[in-house]
Amino acid sequence: MKTEKFPLAISAQAITRPGIPRANSTQAWVWTVALVAAIAMPWLFYNYTTHRHSGFVVSMLSQMGMMSVLALSYNMLLGQAGLFSLCHATFFGIGGYATIHFLNLAGDGSFPLPLELIPILSGLAGLGLAIVFGYMATKQRATAFAMITLGIGELMTTAALMFHHFFGGEGGVNSNRMIGHSLFGFKYGPAIQVYYLIVAWTVISALAMLFLTRTPLGRMANASRDNFERVQFMGYDPRIVRFLQFALSGFFAGIGGGLYAITYEIVTFDALAAPLSANALLMAYIGGTAAFGGPILGAVLITLLQSGVSLMSNSWLVYVGVLFISMVIFAPNGIMGLVQAHGPIVRAGRFGRLLVPYVRVIVPGLVMMAGFVGMVELASFLTIGAAQGKTLVLFGSKIDVHAVLPWLAALICLAGGTLWFGVEARSFRRVWDGLMGDLKSQRSAA
Amino acid sequence: MEIVLVSLLNGLVYGMLLFMLASGLTLIFSMMGVLNFAHASVYMIGAYLAFTFSQFLGFFPALIIAPILCGLLGAAIEVWGLRRAHGNGHIAELLFTFGLVFIIQRVVQMIWGMLPMPYRVPPLLDFPLFTFYGAHFPAYRGFMLLISAGMLVATWLLLKKTRVGLIIQAALTQPQMVSALGHNVPRVFTIVFAGGCALAGLAGVIGGNYQTTEPGMADAMGPIVFVVVVFGGLGSLMGCFIASILMGMIQTFAVVINSSLLDLIKPLGVTLTGDNLFTEFMTVPVARIGALLPFALMILILLFRPRGLMGTRDT
Repeated sequence: MKTEKFPLAISAQAITRPGIPRANSTQAWVWTVALVAAIAMPWLFYNYTTHRHSGFVVSMLSQMGMMSVLALSYNMLLGQAGLFSLCHATFFGIGGYATIHFLNLAGDGSFPLPLELIPILSGLAGLGLAIVFGYMATKQRATAFAMITLGIGELMTTAALMFHHFFGGEGGVNSNRMIGHSLFGFKYGPAIQVYYLIVAWTVISALAMLFLTRTPLGRMANASRDNFERVQFMGYDPRIVRFLQFALSGFFAGIGGGLYAITYEIVTFDALAAPLSANALLMAYIGGTAAFGGPILGAVLITLLQSGVSLMSNSWLVYVGVLFISMVIFAPNGIMGLVQAHGPIVRAGRFGRLLVPYVRVIVPGLVMMAGFVGMVELASFLTIGAAQGKTLVLFGSKIDVHAVLPWLAALICLAGGTLWFGVEARSFRRVWDGLMGDLKSQRSAA
Repeated sequence: MEIVLVSLLNGLVYGMLLFMLASGLTLIFSMMGVLNFAHASVYMIGAYLAFTFSQFLGFFPALIIAPILCGLLGAAIEVWGLRRAHGNGHIAELLFTFGLVFIIQRVVQMIWGMLPMPYRVPPLLDFPLFTFYGAHFPAYRGFMLLISAGMLVATWLLLKKTRVGLIIQAALTQPQMVSALGHNVPRVFTIVFAGGCALAGLAGVIGGNYQTTEPGMADAMGPIVFVVVVFGGLGSLMGCFIASILMGMIQTFAVVINSSLLDLIKPLGVTLTGDNLFTEFMTVPVARIGALLPFALMILILLFRPRGLMGTRDT
């Protein structure tokens, strides 16, 4: 019973500490707006003359929903427990495969479960596999953990290509989501019905994961990330904490995979291969691992980039990669972290003093970005684009990628912009530090 | 019998290639605690650079220029990237090299295109070295063995017999003490990182025409090299060497073994009927799961011996 006393003391301390996500009115407000936007969004793109939803928008929004679940569940590891996993898509994929088989069973009547509840089974499939692999992986942490998960990911991808009965080999497995069993009498033929199912499950999973961050388990996961020895000192086994966290994140990843399977009605090895694991990492990290909502933001942003920019550019992954690396170096708490850093200044009513410095940073930043994008696009049109028979068109005029002028312009933009940006960034830093210093001295005076 | 001999030689060639990649990686990993995910990407860059230079200057100048450029690239990555990420913690460094993989992959595609490069064995070395049991052993593979064995000896001499090597070895385990003795440890880090990348580049030069020079080569090679490093153990070049040769052998031998788990237990009188996941699992031939074996081995060794084969400390 001795150990019982400490967790209570710790969690009480943690709740009163600033910086820990707490439900306050601002946050609740942001969440509500996000939910309303998610519900209303398909209707903004509704075509009232043909009475049809935009298929592109609905499928992109659906993708955002399932990717949010994946990124949030990934953040249970990276952000909350400090575990860098490289096999998260494994649980997403296994949830997807299991869902296809459940749909097939439900469809032929041997297992009549309503479609709305099938994601629970997908989650359980993810949980089951995460228990097995989590037992192995969570014996280690840091780099060894990352290596074991890399091995697990490669193992499962190879296995998915090899065993045809469960995984269907290269062609994958497919099914039909119109199984005729529903709690509310929906058919789930149109994509919009499936989209609302995804919204519902995304909200349920997000709330469940938010709840988990406030349980003793969530707190101990944070503690074992921050101070491993201290956790052991208090009589906890950090390994058990890691294991539970890993297993539960596998459960939620499985739900995401279930939604994926219901949407696309086909699951191939892509759903559990390394690129998707990497995507989960990118989404969680770029959005921000320190704030609970960060991964959702990341999932929305990356999906937008994926479906928007990838249509225009062959090299969207370069942009994502550069964004990711600059985040790692300059903003380790992601976009959410950047936004939150402004909190004290906005509350003190001093944000106006940052406006001019912001404009002075953003202008050279845009020049630098234009130069960089120009260089990347010119290079990629020279090789990949040429192989695809495409030409670079900007503002309605064709651009000859073999001419010197576009290259020179891009290079000047990039080099000049970078130098200019460096100067402005330094002066911005001075203003920022000055403001922060003022606030700090005010607070200590008060 | 001839299959065993041929596979043995091929496994040795592949294993030595793995070792050239893994030795640099293991030095970086042991010293800085950073597993450089982009190591195999540098290998790919080495192959592409070698292809480009060999078109203008011929193969042998490329053999020297490409690794030097890769080394410079490595130094730049360390000084301008990794050192900055270092301030944000250990995971940030891992994430940084992970992000590099994406960028290098796409940049290579942007510069050289998506298609495989016609990077061929130089004509000077394009003849069968010897023939046994009717199978030719190409001279180029002998050349690869020669280069990698030379590298092995040179690295060993550098680390064990020179003053620089002494400092590197000391900095592997006691960076603070080495720094207190007045050595510039960050510069030692840069040198090791650059050296490791140069080795990876060299591996790319001689591996690019042994395998194919295409944008997927980093993804194909990367995971295996990590397996070798983890399997061999931290801080041990010897363990790394054994693991490389072992993995090379496993990969080449697995493709020629056509038996399955069922064949193993068949003498006990077991027969399987039906067509389900279990029978599929039991009857899949070893040749098809060859790609899977290194990862299974790595997971096993990390579970039961976290420090690897000959490692001196836990990963």
